[in-house]
Amino acid sequence: MSSPATPAGGVRRIGRLEPAALAGVMSRDVAVFGRYWKATTFSSVVQPTIYLLAFGLGFRSLVPHVLHVKYVLYLSTGVVATAVLFSSAFPGMFNTFVRWQFQRTYDAILAAPVDTEELITAEVLWISLRAGVYGVAPLLVGFAFGLEPEAGMLLVPLIGFVTGFGFAAFGVAVAAIAKTIDNFNYITSAVLTPMFLVAGTFFPVTNLPAGIRTIAQINPLYHCVQLVRDASLGGLGTADLGHAGVLIAFAVVMWRLAIWQLGKRLVD
Amino acid sequence: MDEAISLRGVVKRFGEITAVDGLDLAVPAGVCFGLLGPNGAGKSTTMRLLTAQALADEGEIEVLGYELPRESKQSRLEMGVVPQLDNLDVELTCRQILMVFAWLYRVPRGEREQAVERALTIANLGPRADTIVRELSGGMRRRLLVARGLIHQPRLVLLDEPTVGLDPQVRQELWSLIDGLRARGVTVLMSTHYIEEAERLADTVAVMSRGRVIAQGRPAELVREHAGEEVVEVYGPPDALERVLAQAGASGWTSRRSGPAVAIMRAETLDGAAPEGVRRPANLEDAFVTLTGEDIE
Repeated sequence: MSSPATPAGGVRRIGRLEPAALAGVMSRDVAVFGRYWKATTFSSVVQPTIYLLAFGLGFRSLVPHVLHVKYVLYLSTGVVATAVLFSSAFPGMFNTFVRWQFQRTYDAILAAPVDTEELITAEVLWISLRAGVYGVAPLLVGFAFGLEPEAGMLLVPLIGFVTGFGFAAFGVAVAAIAKTIDNFNYITSAVLTPMFLVAGTFFPVTNLPAGIRTIAQINPLYHCVQLVRDASLGGLGTADLGHAGVLIAFAVVMWRLAIWQLGKRLVD
Repeated sequence: MDEAISLRGVVKRFGEITAVDGLDLAVPAGVCFGLLGPNGAGKSTTMRLLTAQALADEGEIEVLGYELPRESKQSRLEMGVVPQLDNLDVELTCRQILMVFAWLYRVPRGEREQAVERALTIANLGPRADTIVRELSGGMRRRLLVARGLIHQPRLVLLDEPTVGLDPQVRQELWSLIDGLRARGVTVLMSTHYIEEAERLADTVAVMSRGRVIAQGRPAELVREHAGEEVVEVYGPPDALERVLAQAGASGWTSRRSGPAVAIMRAETLDGAAPEGVRRPANLEDAFVTLTGEDIE
């Protein structure tokens, strides 16, 4: 070709991870969210309420306190992590698979000036923002059960966001690797369910056998629970830097894994 | 710029299958270029190569002067794509979808509303602007797909089988829309397996078969070159048709089965030696079948 192309507005080179591309992809998420926010919000408030009622009332007479904390308060801070997990890993898995394989939305977006890295990052970012907000719901329910407002609670949306980022990206990677939507069952029952049970959500991991305690240490959700509990019950300390570090590392590793796994499948 | 798209020696394999096999193609700026071929000829793969949604194993691709895949994001910014498969968000309204794509195509904030209105007008969807896609008819959805690809007023548009599966009236509507694009100086690359579509719309047609271009030219030139001026169609019972085919083979005439008849090309050169039949002008389908040996709709 003899002369280089010059678009009407002059040559504009565009780079990686452009804010405009991320915002464009997320504007679609916002528009779609406008259609189903009621259902999502309902379930994210009702679910922790049921946990608190069932476990809180059920165990109240048996387990009045856990580690010097009233059980219902122990629970309401722990369930934040469950809420974050459910509102990030599941959308990461299902939304990705449906939009990619059934609706072919990603095909449409990738024909526009958006690359796979931007598409996946924007999707994960949107889910984790949502997870950060919904993660607060159990605390609001906890207030009704006697949880006291605490300045450190202002960190909870941020903790939920970072944790949600990791789990949303994990879900995207699962969607990329799973050949059918039925295969999600393996992940749900073999990975996610044990993960949210062995995280110090409903009972402390300190009472568990040593082997399982070690597993809990590498469970990102355990670190989320600890961080949320320390922030909400006024006990933030240096150990929490370690918890935050694990969550950030988990988010970064899962983010790159999602881009690698889904990215190579989106382009033939 | 002289060429909007150029492919040189492009090869794309999917495992054992070679979908595109040494493709050379040059699409001049400002024309409506038809990529005509039967299903499986490699048209859709070619389209995906041009948006870097498929990466070539061999060869060079340039779109709007940008080298692919390295600069593909830049080229995608300046072109519009209308896919063969409907990939609209069924839960959103026409206006919402166009707004999202105005954003994705970097239409400046202050101009987005106007861009959406313009696209709605082009696609004649104004009255349906706030209807959810799920409630649109097939023809409206296809027009919305076209509007979505035009939201940023691209200077190149890729249309992959734009009217496949549509009824004749809707097809006509889309044809006038595509014709309008060319009239405004937009370069159009359209893949199709409908002969009539290529004949009506395309300034230049490239015939694709088994992953490469086997002939290229204006539709009328292709017809003259490969099927002559006139065709004689001989009707009769099967055994009579077999005899006609044998006679054609022995005499070195180009012939093909055409539904219930045998068509013999270049009837004008046969000087009365041709069997009795119906004479008609040669068309692109005759040329196509002669070229590819494959039947097409």
